[in-house]
Amino acid sequence: MNSKSSAPPSRSEIKRQIQLPFRKAVEISIKSIRIRMGRSIITAGGILLGIAFFSSVRMSAMFADIQNEITKDRKARIQAGTLKPTEKDTKLIAASAVDAVEERGAANRLKWLSIMGLIVCTVGIANAMLMSVTERYKEIGTMKCLGALDSLIVKLFFIESCLLGLIASALGFVLGWLAVSVVNLVVLGLEAFGLPFWLGSVQLGLFAVAMGTALTFVATIAPAIRAAQMPPAAALRVEI
Amino acid sequence: MASQEYVVRTRGLMKQYTMGNQTVSALNGVDLDIYRGEYVSIMGPSGSGKSTLFNAIGGLDKPTSGSVFINDVDMAQLDAQELAYLRCHTIGYIFQTFNLIPVMTALENVTLPTVFAGMSTDDGIERGMELLNLVGLGDRYHHKPSELSGGQQQRVAIARSLANHPSIVLADEPTGNLDLKTGTEIIELLKHLNRDQGVTIISATHDLKMVDVSDRIVWIRDGVIAKIEAREDIELKIGEMEGELAH
Repeated sequence: MNSKSSAPPSRSEIKRQIQLPFRKAVEISIKSIRIRMGRSIITAGGILLGIAFFSSVRMSAMFADIQNEITKDRKARIQAGTLKPTEKDTKLIAASAVDAVEERGAANRLKWLSIMGLIVCTVGIANAMLMSVTERYKEIGTMKCLGALDSLIVKLFFIESCLLGLIASALGFVLGWLAVSVVNLVVLGLEAFGLPFWLGSVQLGLFAVAMGTALTFVATIAPAIRAAQMPPAAALRVEI
Repeated sequence: MASQEYVVRTRGLMKQYTMGNQTVSALNGVDLDIYRGEYVSIMGPSGSGKSTLFNAIGGLDKPTSGSVFINDVDMAQLDAQELAYLRCHTIGYIFQTFNLIPVMTALENVTLPTVFAGMSTDDGIERGMELLNLVGLGDRYHHKPSELSGGQQQRVAIARSLANHPSIVLADEPTGNLDLKTGTEIIELLKHLNRDQGVTIISATHDLKMVDVSDRIVWIRDGVIAKIEAREDIELKIGEMEGELAH
């Protein structure tokens, strides 16, 4: 044991030893999410609801477009005499005539609403991640005492937040998508669920998941770096 | 037992904290030499600066001025990576509040430093089990800290502090959160490790049970060393006192 002190290790040796293999880091992050399930669900819940809100707003906008297209299409076919107008059609066409003026206003409102959705989503995610980092100051301090580098701690948090963001925003999208789709299935009928619907859904889904993950990641940067840079003694002193 | 080689030396160690617009001095120039293989207790009332001294020796906090040498290396000269290496390999930490990672089992807690040290998983587990057996918890390796008693958690923490064969173990009030009997057991375990494994143990404490096992006791008061006593002297005094009582 006493022989350890004789030859100080070279810098390259130090570097090699302190690097945590990526696989191991992912393992620790997953374990950390799983074991802190209650906390993780609340964190994920914030992300999930934010993305669900955003998705539902975007989906509503999409359905409004689809409905417009359908009405326009049927109107053209009725005017051409190839389609016999039903009672529903007459109502829809009459409504769309009135709506035409308001259409632009409605589209604008939806755009604003989806921006609002994004803001709500960002605040929710930032809050959840800040809490989840703050709660673990002591653990971070302990890990640093055991020889963890700042970068390693940040890495652990990033992997964790990316995993959490990915899962939560995927679920959030499914939730928002399902809710709006069911409502529109009742209101518009099967006709609205054509190719444009599926294409739009896939596009929106990819966007929502990518955005949710990215926002979670961004929201983790500041608190994780701040926590990792604390001197261990300060991190250990923190009482939550 | 204690060779005349220094493992820790501090020179003119000062630490000041700013509280609002007031500056509070926690350490006012501490010069302390600790020999390899020694069991040293740093004693003093709360607020005397012993935890600050502990943090400075352990590289957990930077002193305002003065230096700490570990194995003749000035800690202030180390970069982040070298400091992490030092914390990982040379120093083991034991805390009053145990500070186990709550989400990990006893074995995972003990193996964590070996992961940071780049040891393979199999070797780490082997080392972890060896240490858990050493502290008498070999059969509780799969338990989470919440499923262990305070004394058992502290044993896991002691096992963890030894994971990478450190030359120094720093213990900050290791018995502070334990009852009398468990505290005594932990002290005995530390002494046993000190004697059998040759680990230098530096313990900040105000537990007088520690006096009995320490080679030297450093009394701290108001941020300076009030006196340093060897155990032989203290035993002599206790003997005298008993002798006086007998009259």
